[in-house]
Amino acid sequence: MRRKLEMSELIFRLISYLLLTMFAVSCLYPFVYTVSSAISGYAEVSDSKIVLLPKNVQFDAFRDVFSDNAFWNAYTNTLFITFYGTLWEMFVSILGAYALSKKRLLFRKGFNFFLVFTMWFSAGLVPQYLNYLETKRAFQSIGIYDDKWLVVFAMGMHAMNIILLRNAFEGVPSEIEEAAIVDGATEFQVLRKVYLPMCKPMIATVALFFAVSRWNGYFWSRQMISKISEQPLQVYLRLRLEEYSDPEATANWQLSHSYAPDSVIYALIVCSMIPILVIYPFIQKYFAKGVNVGGIKE
Amino acid sequence: MNDKVTDFLIFDEESGTYIEDPEQAVRDDVEKNYWKNVVKTVVKDRRLYLMLLPMILVFLLWRYLPMYELLGSFKLTEDAKSVSEQYFSGFSYFRTLIFGTGGAELSAQFWRAFRNTFLLSFYGLVFGFPMPIIIALFFNEIRSDIARSIYQVLTYLPKFMSTVVMTSLVVMLVKQGSDTSGTQPGVISQMLSDLGLISADTAYAGMLNDPRFFRAVYQISGIWENAGYDSIVFFAAMIAVSPTSFEAAQIDGADKMAQMRYVILPSIFSVIIIMLITRIGSLLSVGYEKVLLLYDPNTYVTADVVSTFAQRNGIAGSLKGMATAAEMMNNIIGMLLVIGANAVSRKVSDVSLY
Repeated sequence: MRRKLEMSELIFRLISYLLLTMFAVSCLYPFVYTVSSAISGYAEVSDSKIVLLPKNVQFDAFRDVFSDNAFWNAYTNTLFITFYGTLWEMFVSILGAYALSKKRLLFRKGFNFFLVFTMWFSAGLVPQYLNYLETKRAFQSIGIYDDKWLVVFAMGMHAMNIILLRNAFEGVPSEIEEAAIVDGATEFQVLRKVYLPMCKPMIATVALFFAVSRWNGYFWSRQMISKISEQPLQVYLRLRLEEYSDPEATANWQLSHSYAPDSVIYALIVCSMIPILVIYPFIQKYFAKGVNVGGIKE
Repeated sequence: MNDKVTDFLIFDEESGTYIEDPEQAVRDDVEKNYWKNVVKTVVKDRRLYLMLLPMILVFLLWRYLPMYELLGSFKLTEDAKSVSEQYFSGFSYFRTLIFGTGGAELSAQFWRAFRNTFLLSFYGLVFGFPMPIIIALFFNEIRSDIARSIYQVLTYLPKFMSTVVMTSLVVMLVKQGSDTSGTQPGVISQMLSDLGLISADTAYAGMLNDPRFFRAVYQISGIWENAGYDSIVFFAAMIAVSPTSFEAAQIDGADKMAQMRYVILPSIFSVIIIMLITRIGSLLSVGYEKVLLLYDPNTYVTADVVSTFAQRNGIAGSLKGMATAAEMMNNIIGMLLVIGANAVSRKVSDVSLY
């Protein structure tokens, strides 16, 4: 009897390791494949001969990417949007979440509903589009012609992230706040000296969520930014993909290149992932917490 | 006593007459000065309300103001720039979309998009929902912390790739072959055709050009992207189970299946219900970005969803009112689903999501 039990557990554990390994490998595989394809030769890539490791190694595809000014431009634009966008979102969210976490706030329920309703119902793409067009006109009328600022201020901002922050702030014991107030701290000082340090993990998580979605933003940037030189990296990547997916555009490619047009796309994908891959392992431990709290309240 | 009429008289035993309740004067005072008190509190706590201001402004300007544009779905001219330039046309767009009055083609497209929206998320629910639970069960078996964190780092990773990167990869992996540029089909298409799962012709023509494969490609890439990350919630619920429960079950002679059935499953049941209800609540909100980046006119039959229908007709095209009406219907039904799901959740597990 006892032996049979151990057998069933052992088998299940083995299966767990096996299937998890398979899944983890399948999660990693596309990335390895991407790097390999970016640095393999023309014939190998266009005949889809690359399975795992690179063949006939070249770095000309990367050289091609790096020598394009538009690429660096797009990269700078993405950094700009990510930095200022996250900053703006964190500024608005932290202040709002702090106020919402206070029981003494009048119409607290109403403000919460005001926030949560935007998660239930959105006006849809076309009204949003018309709204952004009008915002763009308004921005231009006060002299802001760089559409990146439109992306920074008007887009992003998720009610869910504000609620995550609010829940974290609500978890801070009110005695600490009262003690600070007795010591003569103002509202802003309480927030800065008490709440922010105590909720660091959640603030890091939410900042990460905002930053990743800024870095990955595509659709509205492509719709609203009129100058191609102000488009972010994701749009640049997509435009290159669309350009090369037309067979006519790459008809006599191999006469002048040692690498396939696909390798350029793969190289671009690698470049656009590097910042996330670099910071990801360090913050990975934070966001597990963030998801658990996930807006659920008893 | 003055002639002021008051309903709140109490019997005073000392004088033997009815007199006004002294507390009522306070209550009256509070009621009369309600707004005055509100203003007083707000002024006293002005810093707190100042903090709320940017958030309110952002949501008003860019979340609620677009809802005003919804009025466009009741208006007539299609090329106007804003709602105020148009005039009222009643429910004609809704009639066209639903019954096909004056636009049978558009109505057919709308219903196709509505059906696709539902089917894409329904299949996502059927195939995508159990995966994170299964992965969490596996995570629960890994005893070594190092091994587990390696698995976690790897399986959460795809979640952080952008939709553009993810779809670019998908496009490349199943791309078509071409004679003009002398390229072979993508590596995954080739593998599948070598295994005999799809014909060589299909692989050569490109799986994303074939409406039969769109849903499969969409779901598999969706599972690849989300399953690991979504398992976090379930895994967190599982590690909360006390080890003594397992020991007790083992002593009682429960094998692995029985342990899962009687120890693990009951303990994560409420989380499963909550997640399931959330999924049901979002059945009609299919992300437009991924579909937009993966579909093309060949695959509209299975790929076109309501939001991409709206994007094509309202942003790229000029049927703004029509597109707004289509998406509005979809979003209202979606909102009812969310509210309903939340009510059910509150009943089932005493936990409400919002």
